[in-house]
Amino acid sequence: MRYLILLKAAENQLGGTPPPELFAEIAKLGEEATKAGVLLDTAGLTPSAAGTRVSLEDGKISVTDGPFTEAKETIVSYAMYELRSQEEAVEWTRRFLQVHVDFWPGWEGSSEIRRVMGPEDFGAAFAPE
Amino acid sequence: MPSPHALIEGVFRVEATRIVASVARMVRDVGVAEEIAQDALVTALEQWPVKGTPDNPAAWLMTTARNRAIDRIRREARLAENLVELGHRLPSDVVPEIDTIEDDVLRLVFVTCHPVLAPQNRVALALRLLGGLTTAEIARAYLVPEATVAQRITRAKRTLAEKKVPFEVPAGDERPARLASVLEVVYLIFNEGYSASSGDDLLRPALCHDALHLGRTLAALMPAEPEVHGLLALLELQASRLRARTGDDSAPVPLDRQNRARWDQWLIRRGLAGLEKAQGLGGTFGPYTLQAAIAAEHARARTPDDTDWMRIAALYQVLLGALPTPVVALNRAVALGRALGPQAGLDAADALAGEPALRTYPLLPGVRADLLARLGRIDEARAEFERAAAMTGNVSEREALLSRARELP
Repeated sequence: MRYLILLKAAENQLGGTPPPELFAEIAKLGEEATKAGVLLDTAGLTPSAAGTRVSLEDGKISVTDGPFTEAKETIVSYAMYELRSQEEAVEWTRRFLQVHVDFWPGWEGSSEIRRVMGPEDFGAAFAPE
Repeated sequence: MPSPHALIEGVFRVEATRIVASVARMVRDVGVAEEIAQDALVTALEQWPVKGTPDNPAAWLMTTARNRAIDRIRREARLAENLVELGHRLPSDVVPEIDTIEDDVLRLVFVTCHPVLAPQNRVALALRLLGGLTTAEIARAYLVPEATVAQRITRAKRTLAEKKVPFEVPAGDERPARLASVLEVVYLIFNEGYSASSGDDLLRPALCHDALHLGRTLAALMPAEPEVHGLLALLELQASRLRARTGDDSAPVPLDRQNRARWDQWLIRRGLAGLEKAQGLGGTFGPYTLQAAIAAEHARARTPDDTDWMRIAALYQVLLGALPTPVVALNRAVALGRALGPQAGLDAADALAGEPALRTYPLLPGVRADLLARLGRIDEARAEFERAAAMTGNVSEREALLSRARELP
């Protein structure tokens, strides 16, 4: 099953840029997950200042350019894994946050694990078994 | 907050293969290594809920397992009173770097898929040790009793121990043959999921995903082997069609009738990239890379009419050189039938009529039926569809063939 793991943090955490060692450790973890055959794709996202929000409200579509200052946290990266259970997704995510504990003291954020729906979620005809 | 139990399950599922691999290098017995890994798991289940979760759960499990292995080696060496042996086998106390663990995993791959084992035992052992599946999960996927799977795994471990299969990555001349055996295991697993040989369902996607998982692991562990990338590309391209391969009634849908909007574009992109990687590494293209190249032609075609059948027929011709099997020859006949017309296809298919390997293969009459129908030889086509239906052990496939027969004018 595919899991999309979103990392959320306040933009410009602690007013600084992440330490380079953090990137090295994240790369190492990524390599580990790739060798375990489970990491399919991952990337960081540009700050919301470069983003655009398109919303629909009261039947009206509006387009707003970032930054989205009203949001406390914003999505800063994503990772796509293929795993057999939510528990495995929790473990990879825990490792990812542990790297932040070790290499970016004071950093705070959260990850959200969401399973990507597959044919198995749409009725008995596509049941996996 | 997940329960400690869920946490342990997560850590163990992620870590089990690496633990088994690391311990197996120490004790040189995959059966014993797996027992030790299981012991470490049980210890975690006992201790963590009481004493709290360790700071680094994965390292805790690995260290616990390695300590048990050391205890065991010491005990055996003392029994054997062979201190030289002890000194030789005791690893340093330093927690191994990721790189050495990955080497261990690669060794485990080659041991698990060793040709000394019967293919079905290799498959069961690979799913267990490399895929981290439980015996029950494997049994469910293969629709066989759990005892059967357990027996296959036990037999495989015993054979490896009896034949003293070394825990190493084969080098030199031996490597290509051993690698072929590894790739075969992954391909067998995928195929059992992709076209189930028995049972009511045509597909068992869980097995396809297990094979993809193994394929991705191999590609990351052996990045310089073109055929590993070729196999992975083939699996991803084939898997991209999983959603479209069966209709709402779980009947199989042939390639040219599939809803291409349901093809997984993401897997197609990965498959095409993997194929490029395989081809970029150079050398003579192996059978998996060639089959991936064929699958890529289908993936690139936006509609069935866009399919470059001439190129596919040419690729099958090359594949027949690398993999001269009747099934490849039959597929070449299908491609010729599309590229040059039904009569050319039928001639090629008829040339295979005497093949002993195809005597019980439902695709031969299935292909002939299709070509005969396109030639307007309806009565013969109907008889061939019915013959094919009688030959298949898969319920949905049989239904599909019978319905093709009914559709004829």
